[in-house]
Amino acid sequence: MSETKSEAREYVPPVIKAEELDPKFKYKMSKMHGAEKVMVCFQCGTCTADCPIARFSEFYRPRRIARMVQLGLKDRLLLDKALWLCSSCFTCVDHCPQGVEIAGIVRVLRNMAAADKNLLPLVYKELATNLMKSGFVYEIPESRLQKRVEQGLPPLPKPNVKDVMKIFEVTGSACLLEKVQTFAKVESK
Amino acid sequence: MSNPKYLLFPGCVIPYRLSSYEISARKVLAKLSVEIVEMPEYNCCGYPMDVINHDLMLTLAARNLCIAENVGLPIMTLCNGCFCSLNETNKILKEDKKLRDKINGYLKEVGMEFKGTTEVKHLIYVLSEDVGYERIKNAVVKPLTGIRVAQHSGCHVLRPRKYVGRDDPENPTTLKELIRLTGAECLDYMDETECCGNPIIGVNEDVPFQMAKEKLDHVRTAGAQALITVCPFCHIMFDLNQPRIERAFNEKFNMPVLHYPQLLGLAMGFSPEELALNELRVKPTELLNQIK
Repeated sequence: MSETKSEAREYVPPVIKAEELDPKFKYKMSKMHGAEKVMVCFQCGTCTADCPIARFSEFYRPRRIARMVQLGLKDRLLLDKALWLCSSCFTCVDHCPQGVEIAGIVRVLRNMAAADKNLLPLVYKELATNLMKSGFVYEIPESRLQKRVEQGLPPLPKPNVKDVMKIFEVTGSACLLEKVQTFAKVESK
Repeated sequence: MSNPKYLLFPGCVIPYRLSSYEISARKVLAKLSVEIVEMPEYNCCGYPMDVINHDLMLTLAARNLCIAENVGLPIMTLCNGCFCSLNETNKILKEDKKLRDKINGYLKEVGMEFKGTTEVKHLIYVLSEDVGYERIKNAVVKPLTGIRVAQHSGCHVLRPRKYVGRDDPENPTTLKELIRLTGAECLDYMDETECCGNPIIGVNEDVPFQMAKEKLDHVRTAGAQALITVCPFCHIMFDLNQPRIERAFNEKFNMPVLHYPQLLGLAMGFSPEELALNELRVKPTELLNQIK
């Protein structure tokens, strides 16, 4: 990176308009299971430094996510597809000196993106569809089930699909899944 | 010592594409006198649904827990993801009465109630805590002396510490100990506890491929002849996807990836066929020749 001095001076930071900020957002977040401690993040950056995804992606920065929650940049957070790059390895959760569960915060934000912005990566809609149909997130073909038995495994217990569907309905998930707009891929660079 | 008895939770991905893990696990567990009961009417553990709706994940997981409570047996999982959602849900609902009441509200619709009377364990903790190292050691009849392997425990049998609370997530030793019991050497390598990348492969391939490539690099540098996993997703990432990773980086690894029960099974005297080793994408030919 051979940035000259004049180029460095010309850098204009992105402008965030005050009306974009939702001052109540952090309070709402801190009532959600998993995101309770978002307000005590002091931006040390341990989460980003130790995040395996951040090492290989220019877009995914857990520290920035925590700060954006504190600032109330709700729409920017929920519409940013980088949110879907977290692999839930929980390294940030274990390493945070303040006990902030960053991966929990990301999960809460993903749930909000699905519920409030109707946004969901296609793969999760597909898994959910399979689950509602078969009780498993993959539709296991009949040939596979037969092969199991030929290989000496006991027959796979039959799931109770009616119960599973009911759970999708009563948790509001079936309705949510009908409304979501899906997108296939998330860029990392 | 009485024999441990568990409800086996095979999950979705193992019956879908990794029977080799289930076949080998059942073989070694039977040999170690762990009694397996089939889990009736189980459904997906809920883990993949957590990104969509947390309550959905908790309720799907809790439904499985209720089944185990009714049968009166603890659950054993083979998959790290299943362990994560079932164990975490079990612990959360036991502690948080408000959340438990909410989830029980949903469960009532399917005629169930979470009471908090069961336990969830991953295969490696069943082996280390219930069967015990001594008993495993005694079952080894064909020590894999001279074989050098590395382990990848995977994230969710270690983290988050607050819910797993077993092995040290920074310096895990359980799987290493289990490997050493087979007579094989378990090598240390850089960044052993790092994620395989598989959980996001559905939305982005570049990052997981780089993560897995780096791990394969480190494992090879350490001089390992094979990588040992205990999670179907990690296994898919390193074995099934290895040819794709090799193409993406124009580099050959040819690193066999075995499910831990396959390694243990070999040391117990089972044949490669009995352990479904032929189902691996990267064939462990050299390793098997050395064992013969």
